[in-house]
Amino acid sequence: MSNLKCLWLAGAFALTAGAASAQDTIKLGVLHSLSGTMAISETTLKDTMLMLIAEQNAKGGLLGKQLEAVVVDPASDWPLFAEKARELLTVSNVDVMFGCWTSVSRKSVLPVIEELNGLLFYPVQYEGEESSRNVFYTGAAPNQQAIPATDYFLDELGVEKFALLGTDYVYPRTTNNILKAYLMGKGIPEADIFVNYTPFGHSDWSKIVSDVKALGADGKKVGVISTINGDANIGFYKELAAAGISADDIPVVAFSVGEEELSGLDTSNLVGHLAAWNYFQSAEGEANAEFIAKWKAFAGESRVTNDPMEAHVIGFNMWVKAVEAAGTTDVDAVRTAMYGIEVPNLTGGVAKMLPNHHLTKPVLIGEIRADGQFDIISQTDPVPGDAWTDFLPESAVLESDWAALDCGMYNTQTKTCVQVKSNY
Amino acid sequence: MRATFAALLAAMFLLLPMAAQAQTAADILAENRDLVEKSSRQTIGPVIAALTASGDPQALTLLAAWADRGLGLRKSDGAFFLIAPDPDGYALKSPDGTEAGTAARSEIVELRPNAGVRGLIATALVEFQLSDPDRRQREAALVSVARDPSAAHLVPLRASIPAESDPALKAQKQRLERLLTLRFDADSAARVAAIQSFAGDLGLDLRGALNPLLATTYSVGTGTLPDGANVARTLRPGSDLTMDEAYALLVAADLAPARLSRTELKAALAANIVDGAVAGIPLTQLDTPQARDRAYDALEAAGAVPAAATDAEVVAAVAAHRFHAIHAEPDPAVTTAATEVLEGIELKLAAMQATDLALDALSLASIYFLAAIGLAITFGVMRVINMAHGEFIMLGAYTGYVVQLYISNYTLSILIALPLAFAVTFAAGVVMERLVIRHLYKRPLETLLATFGISIALQQLAKNIFGTQARPLTAPSWLDGALVFNDIVGISYIRIAIFVLALAFLGFFLWLMKRTRLGLEVRAVTQNPTMAASMGINPDRINMLTFGLGSGIAGIAGVAIGLFAKVTSELGSDYIVQSFMTVVVGGVGNIWGALAGALMIGTLQKGIEWLNPSNTLAAQTYMILFIILFIQFRPRGIIALKGRAAGD
Amino acid sequence: MTRTFLSRNPSVLWFLLALALFTLAITLMSEAYGSALVSTSFVKTLGKTLCLCLVALAMDLVWGYAGILSLGHMAFFALGGYMIGMWLMYARTEGIVVAALANEVLPATAEEIRQGIASQIFGVVGASELPPIWAFAHSLPLQLMLVVAVPGVLALVFGWLAFRSRVTGVYLSILTQAMTLAAALYLFQNDSGLRGNNGLSGLQNLPGLDQIPQADLSIWFFWASAAALALVYVGLAWIVSGKFGSVIRAIRDDEQRVRFLGYSVEGYKLFVFTLTAVIAAIAGALYYPQAGIINPAELAPIASIYLAVWVAIGGRGRLYGAVIGAAFVSLLSSWFTGGRAPSVNLGVYTVNWVDWWQILLGLSFVLVTLFAPKGIGGLFDLVQGLRHPNRHGTALGPDDGALMEKEAVE
Repeated sequence: MSNLKCLWLAGAFALTAGAASAQDTIKLGVLHSLSGTMAISETTLKDTMLMLIAEQNAKGGLLGKQLEAVVVDPASDWPLFAEKARELLTVSNVDVMFGCWTSVSRKSVLPVIEELNGLLFYPVQYEGEESSRNVFYTGAAPNQQAIPATDYFLDELGVEKFALLGTDYVYPRTTNNILKAYLMGKGIPEADIFVNYTPFGHSDWSKIVSDVKALGADGKKVGVISTINGDANIGFYKELAAAGISADDIPVVAFSVGEEELSGLDTSNLVGHLAAWNYFQSAEGEANAEFIAKWKAFAGESRVTNDPMEAHVIGFNMWVKAVEAAGTTDVDAVRTAMYGIEVPNLTGGVAKMLPNHHLTKPVLIGEIRADGQFDIISQTDPVPGDAWTDFLPESAVLESDWAALDCGMYNTQTKTCVQVKSNY
Repeated sequence: MRATFAALLAAMFLLLPMAAQAQTAADILAENRDLVEKSSRQTIGPVIAALTASGDPQALTLLAAWADRGLGLRKSDGAFFLIAPDPDGYALKSPDGTEAGTAARSEIVELRPNAGVRGLIATALVEFQLSDPDRRQREAALVSVARDPSAAHLVPLRASIPAESDPALKAQKQRLERLLTLRFDADSAARVAAIQSFAGDLGLDLRGALNPLLATTYSVGTGTLPDGANVARTLRPGSDLTMDEAYALLVAADLAPARLSRTELKAALAANIVDGAVAGIPLTQLDTPQARDRAYDALEAAGAVPAAATDAEVVAAVAAHRFHAIHAEPDPAVTTAATEVLEGIELKLAAMQATDLALDALSLASIYFLAAIGLAITFGVMRVINMAHGEFIMLGAYTGYVVQLYISNYTLSILIALPLAFAVTFAAGVVMERLVIRHLYKRPLETLLATFGISIALQQLAKNIFGTQARPLTAPSWLDGALVFNDIVGISYIRIAIFVLALAFLGFFLWLMKRTRLGLEVRAVTQNPTMAASMGINPDRINMLTFGLGSGIAGIAGVAIGLFAKVTSELGSDYIVQSFMTVVVGGVGNIWGALAGALMIGTLQKGIEWLNPSNTLAAQTYMILFIILFIQFRPRGIIALKGRAAGD
Repeated sequence: MTRTFLSRNPSVLWFLLALALFTLAITLMSEAYGSALVSTSFVKTLGKTLCLCLVALAMDLVWGYAGILSLGHMAFFALGGYMIGMWLMYARTEGIVVAALANEVLPATAEEIRQGIASQIFGVVGASELPPIWAFAHSLPLQLMLVVAVPGVLALVFGWLAFRSRVTGVYLSILTQAMTLAAALYLFQNDSGLRGNNGLSGLQNLPGLDQIPQADLSIWFFWASAAALALVYVGLAWIVSGKFGSVIRAIRDDEQRVRFLGYSVEGYKLFVFTLTAVIAAIAGALYYPQAGIINPAELAPIASIYLAVWVAIGGRGRLYGAVIGAAFVSLLSSWFTGGRAPSVNLGVYTVNWVDWWQILLGLSFVLVTLFAPKGIGGLFDLVQGLRHPNRHGTALGPDDGALMEKEAVE
């Protein structure tokens, strides 16, 4: 027993000693899972951050100091995210954190960073309905991904009947709720919206695919909006291909399928199906070509780039600009300096940080190519991210404005701030 | 944005008809450059129409090329070219068909019309392709008609039928002609005849054509119906539609005032606060709905707020109106015929749906059976709990992946992967049996723990070697596609292959156990090792071989599962609990039991999915709950061993 | 029977002493009450570890003493967490909603408050109705009762069904595993009314205690966990040292024989199963407010297997073994996966512990099962010279699952 105790104490000493030294650097916490189920997606983001930090240091650092990355591994374990965030803020004393992927991990971290007034850049497309004082959302809100993709279905493909297929968790649930309200507002009757939820990693898709096929029985054009997550997509697309459903018959637009997911299957049968993101590796432009080249040099020739990576690039560049503008890394000063900051995004155009902590981003729709990349067939003007959707009655009255109102959940009807802390 | 489009569209309509006669296709393209470059289904229609109407023979070539990404725009001057990939970038042809040299990739913007625009182009090309000498063109035209039927196609389609030489295409054209007739023909009798000719047909395209004819809208009125209304049925509030729905229809038709919502009531009260009270009721008391209603009534009586419909008024308003469902199709003869045809196939349709569901269930059962058959040997016969069984499945799948890395011919690679997967997992099984399991035969609970340790170690090892990302394992092309019986019943070849594989293993297992020396020895050793040993059988060797065999079959199952789903390091853990349940539910120690277990689990899962199609997760949950209950009442499974063989 | 309970069980005293010293030391080094040598996040880790030790005690009783290898006890643990989490979320949200509604002109109706709470809690998962299972969430005493009652009743019903039909050994293990899986899948559904995959979050913020810093709260929970561990330890030590303990050990070794002697084997098993489920639930109710979030992944079957592994490594059939196993493995685990363990450079390959820890852990189960069935606890026998004679045993019972003589500890 006592030996064990010594071990713990030694650990504790080591931790505090580590914090005391190295005051002459600016510390950035990187809070991405390096093991467990989410490691595949998040490790790439950790590498992106390390690359960006190294690059900034090569440019001479920030405010005359070098940047130092503090990398921790929350191991895809949601409670551990909160624990590691607390450790980063109180033990390692980081000035800013870049991290999280799933909504659950973000919701786990929220109370900690709001309590300790930390700063988090969250790089993944998400379901919205949130705006925390301490989080900058550099991924897409639903109106920057789901709504434009649905418009594309309605206007360009003439889809009249919708199958909303998703993995059973919060992002698909909320997104589908928003889409359902949106579609009904567009005159699509409820009976023409089929919704299905499957577990994570689902593999037996035959019944669902034949259900979708049967939707065509009333002569309306059917389209699938997929929020199916991760490797469950592989079985789904394989079954689609086997059933001989081509993109011209029943188009599928996916919100969680990117370059990485496609590398797990043979895409020759999937040509023409769609994905909506704010970034594709195949985007043409100098900024993107330069970034891809740097990434391949840093991480390896076979690596692909994807949307959340771009979000981290934008987030990091914005934070650097804001720190330079504020002249300090103090969270409140940086936060105030963030609003209105503009940095170029990789697909051309500029991203601007809005007072609701979301970005303006262009929405890109890509068709799957046989080589696993995407042909960009539609690109919108930058769309400002909306924290609270306009298509659900409870959220339509809410607004987030941290600059003027200092509130992330402001009820425009009663003209009151519902709550300053966020909803977790 | 939308207004600009609309204005543009209007301008196009004004300009195009005049311009069309005199212009070449190239001119039309150049004139509408912006629309073509950023093409949208919403705005491109007039341009395509102008092109097809221009009479320029090049127009069709240009349209086809455009749809096929063979049209490009030179960045420097905005000129259109027909482009084809070339070592230097693109080989160019000007729109009039003359060669125009080459250009580098960066100088040309390749036009990528989206699927909607491509569909419009295909529809526009139909009338020219229907009699094209090239069979593929004609086929493409038919696909396009089937996908986007329109009245304009009816005449050219009919005209093209007599000259059609290909019997398959001719049949297809005739079917399509009837489908178009029933929707678009001007003659009511011809439509009815076309509909009746389809009696008993199960095609999705037929239902897709008939159902829109039967689409209804609600109509509400006090007295007589509008002239010519084709009434589908009269609706009675309370039974056919709820009171609230009925009243909502009234409100939508401006026949009744909207009901007051809670929020509106609150706003009305808040607007009428006088000296801290509403209609004499102090604010502090307004914290119940009843008090607020009283306050509103008081305000209403005072005339301060508009009257809101009370429940009694709602009932009266609904009772004063009549509700009908009206067919969009005005011709009653057509709707009657369509209803008859659809009702005629109802039963057949249900039977087919049940068949399809049964096939799905069978397929799922065969997958579970395949995953569990190895376990039926190691657990069922030897009573060894092998928690690493799932990881052996995974090992087999990764073997398939590695083989495909080296052998690119998919057929050959699968033929090699199957025995290799068996060999790899057989070896892994034997090693595990020798090193670990044989020391624990007397302690089954601890076998569980030890094999679990091996399981997490193997899983992590796979992660370290192959990464956490899913790896592709691609089936040979002859397993692509599906065996389609009709538009409802179909099953993919890969699932049939798994089914066949499962049957083959069932046969193999039976043959091995009942007909071979090894099987006899295995049965002897499992029933009574000491006695078997004294008869000259080496129990150690038999145990090792049996365990290897069970593991080897798991490896083959891994290849099959990887082919139809995915290859990840967590593949095994997805199947392990279900596999154990399959064996336990079926009855331990009996291959027929495993089969029965797999069938039961598969059927149950699909059955529950059918009951609740929007939530597959619920189906899995209730399936497991059912199994837990089932085991409570039949602890020895469906097929329980009796007598000595039961062991205890 | 002349000697007192404690003198017959000196290990209990030693354990209590060690636990008290440890608690005192951590308190004196904490940020809230001492020299701030130990960070708040580490105090939370230690508090959570104590809860894990508590559930390991339960596992030891049900498996090490009664021989029922339950692979479902982490489900009871998580259910306990869910029950307390419901109150924590409800009460915290209620405060926010009442404060927000107070700004309005009209006083809020009860219905409006309820509606506000529902849309705050369930807005995240796209619903706005409070499901019926939240009926008691407004009241702490009722919900505390549920912490015990829900897992208790579940264990009682499940155990009654299973033991009644004489499901034993590995079949029972698989059945309990299926139960955990079913519970996890059920909770994963959004429609289950417990926020699906998102689970319940923000549990570290205690309602009404907003002003108290987490540094203090973490120490309070640490004390509570230590107290619960001490109480349960003493209670269980008392139970297993008496006649009851003898009977359940006998059931473990030969169920049939005990049944023939006239004991109600099913009754004993059911009692042990339910009691341990309740202990697990209490541990969970203490654990999750420290962890801050609970979601269905906590019920995954693998969590329960890990629990068994902790007990096996610590040494089953002795209470302090379970505690040592849980503390040792879980802390080591977090040390290795936390990226703090130094990588080993082998020249051709660098062993990165984040990647290799699982393999090490897996192999160590195998080694412990094969070569050290007594686990770490067995070391104490060596030290104290109390090692039992190594009888080259035959099985103690006719079943395949019966222990061998040399493994029987007492």
